[in-house]
Amino acid sequence: MHPILKLLVQRIALGLLLLFAVSAVIFLGVEALPGDTAQAILGQSATPQALENLRNQMGLDQPALTRYFNWLGGVLTGDLGKALTNGVDIAQAIGQRLGNTLFLAGCAALISVPLALILGAVAARYAGRWPDKLISGVTLTTISLPEFVAAYFVIFLLTIVIPVFQPVAMVFPGMSFWAKLQAVALPVIVLVLVVLAHMMRMTRAAILNVMQSAYIETAELKGLSPMTIIWKHAFPNAVAPIISVVAINLAYLVVGVVVVEVVFSYNALGQYLVDHVTKRDLPVVQAVGLIFAAVYIGLNIIADVTAIIANPRLRHPK
Amino acid sequence: MADNLLLDIRGLVIEATSYPPGEPPKDVTLVHGVDVQLEKGKVLGLIGESGAGKSTIGLSAMSYGRGGVRLTGGEILLNGRDIRPAAAWQLRRLRGREVTYVSQSAAASFNPSKRLMEQVIETCLSHGVMTRPEAESRAVGLFRKLGLPNPETFGNRYPHQVSGGQLQRAMTAMALCPKPDLVIFDEPTTALDVTTQIDVLAAIKEAIRDTGVAALYITHDLAVVAQVADEIMVLRHGRKVEHGTTDQIINHPREDYTKALVSVRSLEHAEKPEAAPILRIENVTARYRGTTFDVLKNISLGLPPGQTLAVVGESGSGKSTLARAITGLLPPTKGRISFDGRPLSAAFRGRTRQDLREIQMIYQMADTAMNPRQTVRTMIGRPLEFYFGMKGRERDLRVQELLDQIEMGKGFADRYPAELSGGQKQRVCIARALAAQPKLIICDEVTSALDPLVADGILKLLLNLQAETQMAYLFITHDLATVRAIADKIAVMYKGEVVRYGQKSDVLAPPFDDYTDLLLSSVPEMQLGWLENVLEHRRMASAGN
Repeated sequence: MHPILKLLVQRIALGLLLLFAVSAVIFLGVEALPGDTAQAILGQSATPQALENLRNQMGLDQPALTRYFNWLGGVLTGDLGKALTNGVDIAQAIGQRLGNTLFLAGCAALISVPLALILGAVAARYAGRWPDKLISGVTLTTISLPEFVAAYFVIFLLTIVIPVFQPVAMVFPGMSFWAKLQAVALPVIVLVLVVLAHMMRMTRAAILNVMQSAYIETAELKGLSPMTIIWKHAFPNAVAPIISVVAINLAYLVVGVVVVEVVFSYNALGQYLVDHVTKRDLPVVQAVGLIFAAVYIGLNIIADVTAIIANPRLRHPK
Repeated sequence: MADNLLLDIRGLVIEATSYPPGEPPKDVTLVHGVDVQLEKGKVLGLIGESGAGKSTIGLSAMSYGRGGVRLTGGEILLNGRDIRPAAAWQLRRLRGREVTYVSQSAAASFNPSKRLMEQVIETCLSHGVMTRPEAESRAVGLFRKLGLPNPETFGNRYPHQVSGGQLQRAMTAMALCPKPDLVIFDEPTTALDVTTQIDVLAAIKEAIRDTGVAALYITHDLAVVAQVADEIMVLRHGRKVEHGTTDQIINHPREDYTKALVSVRSLEHAEKPEAAPILRIENVTARYRGTTFDVLKNISLGLPPGQTLAVVGESGSGKSTLARAITGLLPPTKGRISFDGRPLSAAFRGRTRQDLREIQMIYQMADTAMNPRQTVRTMIGRPLEFYFGMKGRERDLRVQELLDQIEMGKGFADRYPAELSGGQKQRVCIARALAAQPKLIICDEVTSALDPLVADGILKLLLNLQAETQMAYLFITHDLATVRAIADKIAVMYKGEVVRYGQKSDVLAPPFDDYTDLLLSSVPEMQLGWLENVLEHRRMASAGN
C-alpha cells in the first residue's frame, strides 16, 4: 500500500476513535449537570410521582451506559431525537441551520484564506518595512476588537455612513443565491476581520523562517524577483504550519461565531445552540456539541494529511 | 588583453556590522582593497582559511553580500561595466545569467519541494535564454557530460532522492545551463567523501574545459585547486597574500604564509610497536532500533594504551556508530567490548562511574557540543565536580591548569563559546575531556571542521598530551593525511565492516585491497596533473581487467 494511503486510513480511523471519545465526554458532561431532562420539562414544582412517570416514559430510569449507547445508536442512524421544548425533530432543525452556518463560514473562508496568504507573503517580502508594519498593525487591531464591537462598527460604517448593505442578515429557504450573498455580506466582513490576523501572522512567520534557507539564497543568486522567490521557493516549503492555523480558523468560523450570528440575527447553529442551552434542552445541546466536535476533528485531519502530503519526501519515497 | 578581461575587480572593500556580546555593534572590514582580474575562459583559484574573505570576494562578482555584508568600496567591472552601484533590477538580470554560483552544500541549496529539472532550467526560462524544450535538452546533455546516472530521467527526481555527490554535479549543471560567462564554485567538493570528490572534481574540470566558461574556484584545499586552476590567489584576513600561476604557487611559493599552506601536514609521527590492548573489541555487531540491517558487522579491534587507532572510511561506513557502540550509546547485538582488562556493560546505563570517566569523547562540531550559555569555567569544571567532587578554589585552579595544558593560558575561563574561535572551541572540548583524566579519548572527526593550519595545531596538541599522559586515542576521520600524521594503528571501514586493519606501516603499504587502494589514491596531492594521472591510471587498470 502506498504510504500516503496508509497514513490517510490511519488518520481517519484515529479521528473516528477521537470522535467516539468526544461523544462520551459530551454525554458525561450533560449527565453531570444537576437535574435531568424530566426535571427540566416539568420544572421545579413537579411532584416526585410526575417526575418518575416521565422518567419511565423517556427511558431516563435506565442506567447511564444503556442510555449512552441508545443515544449513540440513534446518532449513527441519523436520529438525533426530538427537542424537548417544541418536540421538533432535531436532525431536521439542525439540517437547515447547518447549511446556513456552512454558507456563512464558506464565504468568509473564501475571502479570508487567500487574503491572509497574500497579505502574509507581502508582509514577509517587506519584513520590517512600512508595508509589513501597516499590514500587521491593521490586522492586529481588528483581531483585538471584540467581535460585537467590530460588528457594530461595520454596521455603522456600511449601513449608515455609506448605506450599501442592510444591517440584518436574514436568510430563508427559497432565497436566490445572489440575494443570500448580499444578506451575509456584513457578517462575512466582520468574520474576515476577525480571523485574518492569525492566519496572516502565521503565513508571514512561516515564510520568513524558510527565507533563511540556503536554497533561498540560491534563488536570489539566480536573479529571481523577490515575489517569485516567495511564491515558488519559500511558500511550498512553508505550507505545513500555515495549513494547521488555517484549519483552526476555519473550525472557528463554523463553531465560534455565535456573537456575530446574534448581532446580525442570522439564523444558524450557534444561535440555535445558545437558545437551547438557556432552555436546558439537553438533547439539542448534545447533538450540536457532537457536530461541532466532528467539524473540529474533520478539519484537523484534513490539515494534518495535507501538511504531510505537501512534504515531497513522503510523496516520493526514495 | 583588455578585450579578453571578463572580470576586473579593483580596490574592493567589503564591510559588515558585528554584534559582539555585551558591546555596542561596530563596523568591521572584511576585505581591504583586493584586486582580482579574470580573463574569459580562465580559472582562478581563491584560497585561504575561513575568514580570509574568499567566499565574500567570490560573491562580489555577482554584487551580492551574504547576510549583512556590504560592498562599500572599489569597482567590480563585469564585461566592462561596474556592477557595484547597480540597482536591484539590473543585478537580477545578470545573476543567474552572466554569472552563476555553485555552493558548498548542494544538498541545502536545492529546494526540497521541486523537481531537479525545474530548478536546473529555471534561470534559462526566467532570463529568456531559451525555450523550455531547448533548456531541457541542454540540461540532459549537461547531466550526461557530468556523468549523472540516467541523464534522460535524472531531472524528474527530487533532491532527497539522489546522493550528495550527484546533487553537487546537478548544481554544476544548473550553473552551466544558461551559458554564463562566469561560474563561481564555492568549495564545491569540500563536503564530499574523497572517493566521491575525485569524480566530481574531474566532472567539473571537464565541464569547464568543454564549455569554455571562466570560473572562480574557491577552496581552502590547495591540493584540490591545483588540479583545476590556471592561476591561484592566496588570501588572508581579507588581503591578497600572493598571486601567481598554479605552478608558481605550488612549486615556488614566495610568501611565508603560502609556504606554510603548501607544507601543511608535514607533521610526522613515528609508529609505536604492538602492545597488549587496553580497549578490546571482539566480534561486535550492531544495528539501530527498528531497522533490519547491521550497521556494524563483526568488528574486532584492539588499541594499546598510549597509542592511536585511526578508523577511516567514507560517510556511512559505520565509523561514528562504532564510537556509539564503544561508549554504550548503541548497545551491540553481538560481541564483547572490554576495557583495561574488565568487560564493559553493553549499555552505558550498566557501567560504573569509573568506566564512564575513563572513556571520553570529543566531537566534530565543537559548537554543538558546548552549551552556549555556559562559560568555559563551568564546562570544564563540570567533570571535575562530577567525577572528583572538586569545588570552589580547588576546582578553579584545576580549570586553569587544564587551560594551560591546552595552551590557552589565562583570560579564557570566563568566556562564553560565542567569544571563542573554532580552534579554541575545540581546545576547550579537549580540556573538558582531559578533566575526567580518561584512559581513552574517542575523537570523532575533531579536525574536519577546522582550517588546515588550525587543525594542525590541534593534532600537535593531541600528540603532546598523549606523550604526557599515555592516553589512548580512537581517532575517527575520513582524512587520510591526518591518519598518516598521528596514527599507530589503522582500521579501514567500508559498509560496516573492517576491510583492512593493522599497524600503520602495514596498512599503508602495498599490496592493497581494492577499497583501500581507491581510498588512498583519491586523496588529492599537491602537484599539477595529479588528477589526470590518477584517472588515466584507473582507466588503464579497468581496461586491463
